[in-house]
Order: sequence, then structure tokens, then C-alpha cells
Amino acid sequence: MTDFGAAISTAFALVAHLDRDLSEVVLLSLKVSISAVLIASVIGLPIGAALALFRFPGRTIFIVVLNAFMGLPPVVIGLIVYLLLSRAGPFGVFGLLFTPTAMIIAQVLLITPLIAALARQVMETLWLEYEEQLRSLGTTPLRALGALLWDGRFSLMTAVLAGFGRAIAEVGAVMIVGGNIDHVTRVMTTSIALEVSKGNLALALGLGIILVVLSVLVNGMVYFLRGNQRQGGTL
Amino acid sequence: MIQADAPTILPLELKDVSLQAGQHRLIKDVSCTLDAKDVTIIIGPNGAGKSLLLRLCHGLLTPSAGAIHWHGANGRDPSLYQAMVFQRPVMLRRSVRANIDFALSLRKVPRRLRHNLIEEALHRAGLNRFAKTPARVLSFGEQQRLALARSWALRPQILFLDEPTASIDPAATHVIEEVIMAMRKEGTKIVMCTHDLGQARRLADEVIFLHRGRILEKSGAAEFFAGPKNDLAQAFLRGELLWWHRRELTPP
Repeated sequence: MTDFGAAISTAFALVAHLDRDLSEVVLLSLKVSISAVLIASVIGLPIGAALALFRFPGRTIFIVVLNAFMGLPPVVIGLIVYLLLSRAGPFGVFGLLFTPTAMIIAQVLLITPLIAALARQVMETLWLEYEEQLRSLGTTPLRALGALLWDGRFSLMTAVLAGFGRAIAEVGAVMIVGGNIDHVTRVMTTSIALEVSKGNLALALGLGIILVVLSVLVNGMVYFLRGNQRQGGTL
Repeated sequence: MIQADAPTILPLELKDVSLQAGQHRLIKDVSCTLDAKDVTIIIGPNGAGKSLLLRLCHGLLTPSAGAIHWHGANGRDPSLYQAMVFQRPVMLRRSVRANIDFALSLRKVPRRLRHNLIEEALHRAGLNRFAKTPARVLSFGEQQRLALARSWALRPQILFLDEPTASIDPAATHVIEEVIMAMRKEGTKIVMCTHDLGQARRLADEVIFLHRGRILEKSGAAEFFAGPKNDLAQAFLRGELLWWHRRELTPP
């Protein structure tokens, strides 16, 4: 119990002082995960919509693999990106290993399947409703894709949020490809892991509390936006 | 963009059209011709294949056998001259106006022409005051009027309606029937299926009686309602609940 008490007071102290090191870590966490979510959404949402709309050979296998990839272990992704970006790897010349860019790449690989798979489910339900009407109006596949993504935008937010949740919370991939270098690639989750291994439990818990609060804030913000739209009757 | 004065794609001819789903033949060797004018009403019990027949004509379904031919198309894409209103209105999650605008944009109507078309269509369906309302907060009847307004804006040469008033109150039904008749007056061919014999009497110029995937009778409305030749159609008109039990029918 004393640990929890100490953790909470540490957390408050951290926030109250707005320690520069801390804000650096928090901002990098947000920067990496938000960038990853934006990129993964741009890739994953159209893939999900296309899977719902189009029938092509190998579609079922693609969907099964995609669903399986929703639960990829972050350390495995980290390892693969590490091998690709290391000096001896195929992309070694770019010198990206142990940079925030490497962390973004790893997180994009991690959450794109998740966003695409969830988007496919949302889009499939919507397409079931829209298909006949849109075909009757003479839609092209591309216009149908656009209409589905736009009309499903609020439901798709859930898929994007799930991606954000997974990105901001994971530690394995960013630890391997980022290296947890102070002032360069240290994010909240890697800090927590480090503080725990140093025995600095109160500080680790304090960081953990801030991480959870941030996560709740982001989700709350999106839910609030969505709620307002709902009242406007857009859904 | 479809020219209002473009030559008609009709008549529509169905030649021995069948539709098979698994073991079941749902539409059986249907042959008929639909002319460019007037209102053709398809009546028949549940499961007769009315909706399927409409979808085959409209091109949403492909026949398993037989051919569907638009005699007036002359190489043009017939789908550009058609529209359909479904039993359950399908509205995009956008405003009333944007729903019509979307349909017009799919038909490549230039932006500058869309405004007037939308205004007129909304006016016809009595939906002006809802222009900026999200379409999906409208009542079921209002949404169906919007579906009809959306079809109106497209200026189709032929409009298919699949029981558009099936779950709508009499007042809304009245508005919808008025819009349908106004479209007919402007030269749109109407093909509609309905359960409602009163509605069929009010609107029809021609009646097709469909039973278990076959056309049993196709005749002028006055002639049909005066006394259909087919005995099952006679029983259907009399409203006998077990009308398909041919043996038990009382002689007319």
C-alpha cells in the first residue's frame, strides 16, 4: 500500500513540477504513437474497406492472416524491424536504427493489421446495407470505397483508437528498435521498464499512472467528439 | 449527364428469363415486354418473386438463363437511365441534400446543375424544410419520400419500386403515390410491385400477376380488375386467405 501511496504522490509531484525530462518523454511517446496511428490509418482503413467490398482470389486467406496479425507480439515485430534496419540489414544504409523513426516504423507494422481488420468488420456491415442502393445509383468501386469510409467514419474511430491504445502501451518493439536512449528514444513505457529494473518502483508507478491518464484523456476526447456528432444525428 | 430528351431505352424485353439459387428456381422462364409508357404494377403473394423480377430488370441480379434486352438502348448503357426505390430506404449518413447530391454526382451531373435539380426534387417530395437535416433522423415515411426524391432528381426513363409503401401510413403513402404519378406524367415508365390491391387499382395501367416465379397473367388494369382470366388471380383478387388451394375454390 505504501508503494501505491508513494506512487500517487510521485505522480502528482511529477505532473506538478512538469519536469523537463518527463515532458520530453511524454511528448516523444505521443509523437511516436500518434504518427504511427496516422500512417497506419491511411494504410489500414482503405485496406479494410477494400476487403469488405471486393472479392478476389485469396481474399479469405488474407482476412485470416490479417485477423491473426491483430495479436502479433510486439517483440517479434521489434526484432524484425531491428534486423531490417541494422547496419547489416537491407535498410541499414538509412541509419534509422535507434531513432524515433524506427520506433514509428515498428508501431506502424504492429497496428496496421489491427486497424485494417477492425475496419473490415465495420465496412462489411455498412456495405451490406448500402450495396444494392449504391449499385442501383451506378457507383464505381472507388466511389463506393470513399462513401463507405466517409459514412463509417465514426465507427472507424473505434478501430483507430484501438490502434492508438496498442501503440502507446507497447514496450517490446520500441525498446528493441529505439534502444531506450535518454533524450533520444526514451518513451514512457521504456522508462517504466527501466525504472522497475532499477528498483525505482514509485517513479515507475507514477509514470504508469500518467500513461493511463493520457490514454483515458485521448479516448474521452474522441468519445466526446463522436457523442456530439451523434446528437447531431449524423449516425 | 443524361439528356432529358434522350431517346428512350425502352421497350424492355425479357426472354425466357430464369433465376436459380442452389436447387431452387425462383424465377421460371419469364417472357414479357414492358413498353415505354404508363404504370406497370406487379402483384402476387409473398415469395412469388416480385422483388427478384424487379432486380433482374434493373440489372442488380444476373439471370441464370434467358436474356434481358433494352430495345431502345442502341449501344448506350441502360443503367444510366434507370432508378430504383427499395422497400427499406437506404440513406447515406449525410444531410438530406447531400444524399441527392451524391446520387447526382455518381451520374456525373455537373455541379452547377445540381442545385436546381435538388431543390425541385425536394419540393416535389415536400422535404424542403429538411434539406440540411441528417437523412437518418427522418421518419421512415420521410426517408422513403427522400428515396423517391433522389430518384426523381436523376430523371430516369424507367423507375422500379419495390413495395415502397409497405410499412408506411396512409398519409405518407398518398404523398408517395402523388410523386409517382407526377413522374409518370413527365414520361417516366413506372414498374412497381405491391401487396396493396387498393394501391394497384389506383395506380396501374397494366397488371402483371406473378405466382411462384411465373407470370400467370399480364393485362390492362381495367380488364384485370374487371375479372382476371387466371383462376389463381381471381382468388387473389377476392382476398381468399388460402387462395392457392385451387381445389377448394368456390366457382366465381
